[in-house]
Amino acid sequence: MQVSLSWLKDYIPIKKIDAEILADKLTMAGLEVEGLWDRYQHLKQVLVARIISVQEHPQADRLKICRVACGDQEKLVVCGAPNAAPDLVTALALPGACLADNTIIQKSKIRGVLSEGMLCSEEDLGLGTNTAGLLVLNSDLKIGTPLAIALGLEDQVLEIDLTPNRPDCLSIIGVAREIAGFDYGKLKYPLITLSQEGEQIKTMTSVEIENPQACHRYAARLIENVKVGPSPAWMQARLLSIGLKPINNIVDCTNFVMLEYGQPLHAFDFDQLAENRIVVRMAGQGEKFITLDQKERTLHADTLMICDGQKPIAIGGVMGGLNSEIKKTTTRVLIESACFAPGSIRKTSKKLDLSTDASHRFERGVDPDGTVRALDRVAELMLTTAEADLVPGLIDEHPKPQSSLSLELSTTKTNCILGTDLKQAEIKKLLEAIEFQVKTINTDLLSVQAPSFRVDVTRSIDLIEEVARLWGYNKIAVTFPLIPAHGRLINQRIDWREHIRSLMIGFGFTETINYSFIDQNACDHIGLPNDDPRRQVATLLNPLSVSQRIMRSTLLPGMLGTLGRNLTLSSGLTLKIFEVGKIFIQGSAEQPLEKEMLLALWCSPKQTCDFFDIKGVAQGLLKALGIDAGYTKLSQQDCYYTRPGYTAQIIIDSKILGLVGEINPTLMKTYHLNQTAYLLELDLELLYQLIPLGKLERQVKPLPKFPSVTRDITMIIDREIEAAEIVNSIISNVSQNKDQSLVEDVYIIDVYEGDKTPAKKSISLRIIFRSGEKTLEDEVVNALHTEIAERVIKQFKADLP
Amino acid sequence: MDTNIEEIKFEVLEQLKNLTDIENIRTLSVRYLGRKGIVTTKLRNIAKLPVEERPRAGQAINLLKKELQAIFDQAAGSNQKTSKTEQIDVSLPGRIPERGFFHPVTLIIRQISDIFARLGFNIVEGPEIETDYYNFEALNLPKNHPARDMQDTFYISDNIVLRTQTSPMQIRVMEKQKPPVRIIAPGKVFRRDSDLTHTPMFHQVEGLLVDHKVSFSDLKGILTTFVHQIFDKRTKLRFRPSFFPFTEPSAEVDILCVICRGKGCRVCSHSGWLEVLGSGMVHPAVFENIGYDTEQYNGFAFGMGVERLAMLKYGIDDLRKFFENDFRFLRQF
Repeated sequence: MQVSLSWLKDYIPIKKIDAEILADKLTMAGLEVEGLWDRYQHLKQVLVARIISVQEHPQADRLKICRVACGDQEKLVVCGAPNAAPDLVTALALPGACLADNTIIQKSKIRGVLSEGMLCSEEDLGLGTNTAGLLVLNSDLKIGTPLAIALGLEDQVLEIDLTPNRPDCLSIIGVAREIAGFDYGKLKYPLITLSQEGEQIKTMTSVEIENPQACHRYAARLIENVKVGPSPAWMQARLLSIGLKPINNIVDCTNFVMLEYGQPLHAFDFDQLAENRIVVRMAGQGEKFITLDQKERTLHADTLMICDGQKPIAIGGVMGGLNSEIKKTTTRVLIESACFAPGSIRKTSKKLDLSTDASHRFERGVDPDGTVRALDRVAELMLTTAEADLVPGLIDEHPKPQSSLSLELSTTKTNCILGTDLKQAEIKKLLEAIEFQVKTINTDLLSVQAPSFRVDVTRSIDLIEEVARLWGYNKIAVTFPLIPAHGRLINQRIDWREHIRSLMIGFGFTETINYSFIDQNACDHIGLPNDDPRRQVATLLNPLSVSQRIMRSTLLPGMLGTLGRNLTLSSGLTLKIFEVGKIFIQGSAEQPLEKEMLLALWCSPKQTCDFFDIKGVAQGLLKALGIDAGYTKLSQQDCYYTRPGYTAQIIIDSKILGLVGEINPTLMKTYHLNQTAYLLELDLELLYQLIPLGKLERQVKPLPKFPSVTRDITMIIDREIEAAEIVNSIISNVSQNKDQSLVEDVYIIDVYEGDKTPAKKSISLRIIFRSGEKTLEDEVVNALHTEIAERVIKQFKADLP
Repeated sequence: MDTNIEEIKFEVLEQLKNLTDIENIRTLSVRYLGRKGIVTTKLRNIAKLPVEERPRAGQAINLLKKELQAIFDQAAGSNQKTSKTEQIDVSLPGRIPERGFFHPVTLIIRQISDIFARLGFNIVEGPEIETDYYNFEALNLPKNHPARDMQDTFYISDNIVLRTQTSPMQIRVMEKQKPPVRIIAPGKVFRRDSDLTHTPMFHQVEGLLVDHKVSFSDLKGILTTFVHQIFDKRTKLRFRPSFFPFTEPSAEVDILCVICRGKGCRVCSHSGWLEVLGSGMVHPAVFENIGYDTEQYNGFAFGMGVERLAMLKYGIDDLRKFFENDFRFLRQF
């Protein structure tokens, strides 16, 4: 909402307002001033100038070259205006000046002749609507003075960002009323002297409301002998001051009063109304209608229409129809001032995707008691500006008048909620300053009646807010609530997640956050089979683009995108990235399932990392969380986005916790990445369930008292045999056999796969022996080691090197 | 004998004064303490002394030997830097152990959570895809209410939306819990908006405190403390009337622009102030929706944009940077 000081001063009788201070006061009263500017800023580089001589332009018949005096110097300016003549005093815009339509004047050649500025019309400067010729100025004005100074033009415009609860301030009077509340003076309402006599209108037209729940009130007046023409200069100046273009006296009057009172109005050409009457009813579903902006609209069964005896003539509260528009030839005008139900207007405005000044006000709520006042005001203005005659009488259909609400306000409760110590009298004074009617019931209670324009005030908390806002939020003390000492409830899930994040950072991975929406074809890109649950995606009805159409069911596409963008920036980079975030699966429930996942990617140029690096990350992470997982090879047909043969599932208690492996090279190509990357994917929902808690979290083993003995064994086995099988075999045998309980640990120290023996590999194991009771003797260890070695060699058909 | 020892010590110290090179110090040390050195020779000569003098002389010379050794060691040590052969170029870069970097959003959420945890708030989380009821209706935002225009919404279906705010967590917590309630709820939110200053996804932290006799002045206290902790103690703030359907009275919290200190600059749109929090007293309609007794309890709620705080704290000028995941950006945290 734009408000100019010049217009405000019509209602607030004060000479000088410091706009900055006013803006601050409004902001601190909840009417946030977003912008404040000098309306005539653009006239700073426009000077009063006198044409000295006029020459024909050698290249163009309709153009002239004017020699212009503007103070100390003379300029040559090309001009096409018919009234350009010697001695005319007019306005010269110098290069750099900005015109009303935001054109910036530059020195330029016009048909081969250099023009050092531009001579302007009234419209060029935003001072009026005259485009016929150059602005004619009083010849007494001092040549070379800036125009704004010469004409005494001074005005400032405030741009207010109104919250949806304050439709009363969508008007100049509404803002003026707030200002009056700051003790700037008493508000001066416009004086309306329209005759209320007579009934003649009722013989000429009628109004019938079929849907009183959508149209609470409909008032109309009729004027005759209208002469459509330009509106008077004072009205144009007001409209121009807040950036509205004058059109003609009838339209300008409706706009003027809408901006003045906040009541949208509409003027119909009465002679275009079939049967000369108004019917307010719902549209037929699918019915077509052409609005004032010459667009055909398809209506809905719940679109409230203003109709004549036969057809629709306006979309109620939104926009008029082309068929009843005011034309130059119009002589009789029916003026509408109505009060529509906010919800109905909003629905229509949304469905038709059509928002207007009128719908904006109606959907927030207009003053139900202001209908006739605005109607009278606009009728009176039309009578004077269009030299029209009033048809005596008024139509005011008001099927269900609502009585105004009386609210109780307790001083104690007000102070309790605000933390203030206000006296009842102070509260009363604050509310009365903005036209609330306040009566004292007893020492604590007030009875408050909100003015009709304050449609937002419906309960006592609304009054408390008014008190707080007018008293000043910053005058309210700073105190602290009493909070009992208690052990903070630890959100275990968050603690674990943060621990996981810290561990990943420690492992050298950088955290990323990708958008939760992904490309609609992302599941195809990463090769998910049709029956994969991640195909059950939640799809947005109104995405910003197809590349952000579905809610991610996997973190991979986002991460690959991030990988790609970074590799484009610098291809030699080692990238270790991860994300912790939710994926979404659309199950049978209405609300999709949300699941927290971790995905990490490791991508190094020149193969400086491999499968075992990423597997190490998985092992290190899980170990730090106290989880022991198994890693099993994922069969070829189950590898979608990872490379077959280079992928392992992470399994605990036969539940799949995640995946480690190399990203499928084909997928890397799909994403235009010509590097190798390794992936770790973890189901954090499952992981959180598996993290041991409390006493299970960690139990410290006593440190050994006796030294250990180490023995290695190297053997040659078939390549298909997984090393873990041998280790597991030794360990399981140990746990079954008491004699072998001296084996403390078994692990792989080396694997060699030579080219000469393609079917075989050499593997070296280390076995650690230790007793809890004594230092082991060589003979004991040797015997045990031989026994284990022989059994393993036999079991796996191994050879010794 | 004793004077002799003191003389030797003095002699050594005098000579050392003029020596800076480690090699010369070593040579001097050998002259006194070496196998044929002065002190060693003296020690050897003890045998020539009368038997009764030998222990005392032995003790004294051994003490001297120890002292001289210490003197030479110290001289050699303090003169290390002068050795041309035994030095390194310490200006060369160290080998920084590889580490990863937290996303700035994580860093800020952790800071916010820590501050409120210390103030006795619990941290809760909830669904990012919400029903219309939790995201709007229960928060006093009925269908066809113009306040819904304040947030452009992504829809999954007529009734299911990507949450536009973390406020639904207020309802989810109050439904399950009787007062007192003290929670904050960090998380992702979504709005259908994408330009220089908007991304369709961002992060918010919601807060709610409900108890007996909670007042607007308490809200001021908690939020002032928060702002002072997340920025610094001198940060000036103001509470400005505003409108949110689920709070009344509602307040925006502005801080004096951290860039221009209130003089007016591009970041604060020349107003001198920056909006950092939305807040207010919980609207009675919200309590009625979840069945809290409005006569017994009141409370306040607040919400803040995580990226906005991160931008102000870290001087980030483009919101989109948070989700481009450019390494050159991420590695600065």
